Amino acid sequence: MAAGAAVTALALAACDGTNGASTEPAEDTARETSQERAERRAEARDNGNARDRDENGLVRYAADPYPSTYAPFPSDTVLIRGATVFDGVGGEMENADVLMQDGRIALVGADLALPEGATEVDGTGRYVTPGVIDVHSHLGVGASPSTRAHSDVNEAVSPVTAEVWAEHGVWPQDPGFDHALAGGITTLHILPGSANLFGGRGVTLRNVPSRTVQGMKFPDAPYGLKMACGENPKRVYGQRSGPATRMGNMAGYREAWQRAVEYRNSWNRYWDAGDADATAPTRNFELDTLMGVLDGEILIQMHCYRADEMALILDMSEEFGYHVHTFHHAVEAYKIGDLLRESDTCAAVWADWGGFKMEAYDSIQENLPITHSYGACALIHSDDALGIQRLNQEVAKALGAGRRLGLEITDGEAVSWFTGNAARALGIEDETGSLEPGRRADVVIWSDHPLSTYAVADQVYIDGALMFDRADPAVRPVSDFRLGQPGQGVQ
Amino acid sequence: MRAYISAFALAAAATAPALAQDLAVTNGRIVTNTEAGVIENGTVIIRGGEIAEIGADLEAPAGFEVIDADGGWITPGLFHPHTQLGLIEVGLEANTSDTAANEASFTASIDVADAFNPNGAHIPEARQGGITRFAVYPSTGPAIIGGRGALADTSGAEDSLFAAREFLFVDMSQSGANTAGGSRAAAWAFLRAAFEDARFYPGRFMSHHEGDAINRFDAAALVDASRGEIPIVMQVERAADIRRAIAFADANNALRLIVSGGGEAWMVADELAEAGIPVILDPLRNLPASFDVLAARLDGPARLHAAGVQTAYTTVSADLYFNVRLLRQHAGNAVAHGAEWEDAFRAISLTPAEIYGVGETYGALAEGYAGDVVVWDGDPLEVLSGVRAVAIGGEVQDLTSRQALLAERYAEEIANGEYGYRH
Repeated sequence: MAAGAAVTALALAACDGTNGASTEPAEDTARETSQERAERRAEARDNGNARDRDENGLVRYAADPYPSTYAPFPSDTVLIRGATVFDGVGGEMENADVLMQDGRIALVGADLALPEGATEVDGTGRYVTPGVIDVHSHLGVGASPSTRAHSDVNEAVSPVTAEVWAEHGVWPQDPGFDHALAGGITTLHILPGSANLFGGRGVTLRNVPSRTVQGMKFPDAPYGLKMACGENPKRVYGQRSGPATRMGNMAGYREAWQRAVEYRNSWNRYWDAGDADATAPTRNFELDTLMGVLDGEILIQMHCYRADEMALILDMSEEFGYHVHTFHHAVEAYKIGDLLRESDTCAAVWADWGGFKMEAYDSIQENLPITHSYGACALIHSDDALGIQRLNQEVAKALGAGRRLGLEITDGEAVSWFTGNAARALGIEDETGSLEPGRRADVVIWSDHPLSTYAVADQVYIDGALMFDRADPAVRPVSDFRLGQPGQGVQ
Repeated sequence: MRAYISAFALAAAATAPALAQDLAVTNGRIVTNTEAGVIENGTVIIRGGEIAEIGADLEAPAGFEVIDADGGWITPGLFHPHTQLGLIEVGLEANTSDTAANEASFTASIDVADAFNPNGAHIPEARQGGITRFAVYPSTGPAIIGGRGALADTSGAEDSLFAAREFLFVDMSQSGANTAGGSRAAAWAFLRAAFEDARFYPGRFMSHHEGDAINRFDAAALVDASRGEIPIVMQVERAADIRRAIAFADANNALRLIVSGGGEAWMVADELAEAGIPVILDPLRNLPASFDVLAARLDGPARLHAAGVQTAYTTVSADLYFNVRLLRQHAGNAVAHGAEWEDAFRAISLTPAEIYGVGETYGALAEGYAGDVVVWDGDPLEVLSGVRAVAIGGEVQDLTSRQALLAERYAEEIANGEYGYRH
């Protein structure tokens, strides 16, 4: 059985149509052919850095030099019939149908007609949500097994390493991706660790089997810049170059942001002058990333626990003219729900992790529901290869604690904490995180109410393609690492 | 959105623990953990701290304090088989932790009772999560023998540690191999030598000044374990290591072995069952997180139960102090992946008590058992469910905690329509 599963998984990865018995050819428009790629490389070689010049001959470096090669797996038109449907943005519908067509959500409603040739899936007694999104994962960069060689999370050699990119450390064969899929994860954001003030760029991935990280990259998703508050940077560098204190942390951020402002000014002056013969500013990869933040193209994803530190960071963002998109871990978000709401900053939190350091000492299970009740964007995250497998349960724990406190929150709102709000925290809410028509058909069919401990993902669709089927071991990815190991084929 | 803080008004009303240990818990779905099974609309009567009567048609005796379960669930208090409650406050602050003595030369003589703090801030949080009894574990320091653990309740009372030096903790996993100098073989050599030192105590120490592996004081402390008077909890994960542990116990007839970790225990389930060796494992660990646990799987607990292995659950993948309250979620996930509900609930209540030799006093609702009772607003293995009331030895417990007070402070301001707590 194990060997058969492996062969089928290989076939699945090769898009040969065994997945979901599709008769449609794989969509190939998004993939660059090998010939096109060879031509592009030859052109780049022949023209020196010409490809880094715009139509006016000005130096302008490619913003996306490691482009996504992701293409959806083959999909059928699928109609899920008669399920309880959570739309990911607060709504809940009983006995509803979900139609997925061409990899997108076509319609959600009652008694939808079955299009010709479509596959009907019985949703009776089952529950549908958008695919689960984890905004904070180190899968691939801190892969299983957690050997020294697999430690690609923290470039802990200097407190400012905005020049490193998580995608350059992602090992696509991390078995954790497969387990996350079994927990309904369709999209995840992989970040560098929190040893540094500026840890580097994070990348948003589709949770699909792939030989390359480029094959997983979520097309056109904005990059994140990981920053970190508090104890970690000062612990890691306190006995070395510094920072040794929270004062040093702030000084380190400000110094870097000021350099970024000046770097950006020098480029803007160069571009505004429009002189193709002028010498362009010297490229700096660290400042390229910070400039991306100042330009609003890269989103700040900042590890920050304490309320008072988050408030300082928000002031700092005003000082240098950028926006803090999401605070991660945000153990004390509940103390500043008003500030987060006013700054339009999301708080990504655990349900109940805490106590492991002083800045996590005030962790409470009501953090997420209280922050949500202030009207701020609040959501769950894992930061953990086990936790990512059951973010629905993490949300349920937080919801239960909030309700016992007297907060009135619907199940539908709670589902948004692992779907719609998570998409918002990554800046991809127009593409996924809800079942609104036109969104990517990232869908989980749950065996039971998704806020129940007993619920498991029966089927997981990514862009309309069936990627995981609990009833059919052949429709589950198996990472290379698992082959021939004692645990192969289990979940 | 408005908050209504009624839950806290209730909690405040119940703050003062009853002095009497006479209590009736009425009107709930009782999980007995005995052959009586589940009793619908039942009542539990506790007299003098012990359970006196259980049934569907019982009246609360006059003068007894009464907790109305209001149709909720009534269960035995949870028994966490594997914690460091009372030993640690903040993981990364060494000065708040007595879990391990990294610079000490002692091994078996280390006794966690000498470090236990019943006022630790995480004990009320465990209590609030329905845990009434727990085992307290040492971690290992510079040697694979960590020391001896204890049993305690979550009342926070000065005498809440009720049994000291109840088991010996030994690490024979990959981390134990590292501790022993770099290989499993060295760890086993050390363990055998230490047991020889104990077996020939005190004679060996009259002719020599030193033992082969451990000093005289530690050898004396190891005697109980070497004679099977207290069990040895052995940290082992890999199937091959578990087999070695079984063989070690087999070769030392008197030993009572408990396997902790057990990532690949399902692969040797039949051998464990035949040897009567219990397993304490975390149902959530399913990743090949190391080369010790390549075969860990979510249905491991179900397989162990099916094979007849005495199996208890732990929360080691969360932690052993702040989030021991997640024990019931871990059990619920075992059910989601094939375990019977009854086996899973037993694995966090009666089975741990049995493993530590106190299964006739704790972990069940039956006549003669301690009055450790939890009232839930639903199925305790459901993550949405919560605790309504806890009694330990018949005394109704305070369910406030530092965390609950923080939540109350900041949520109250929402109720008032204001922004946050401002001072």
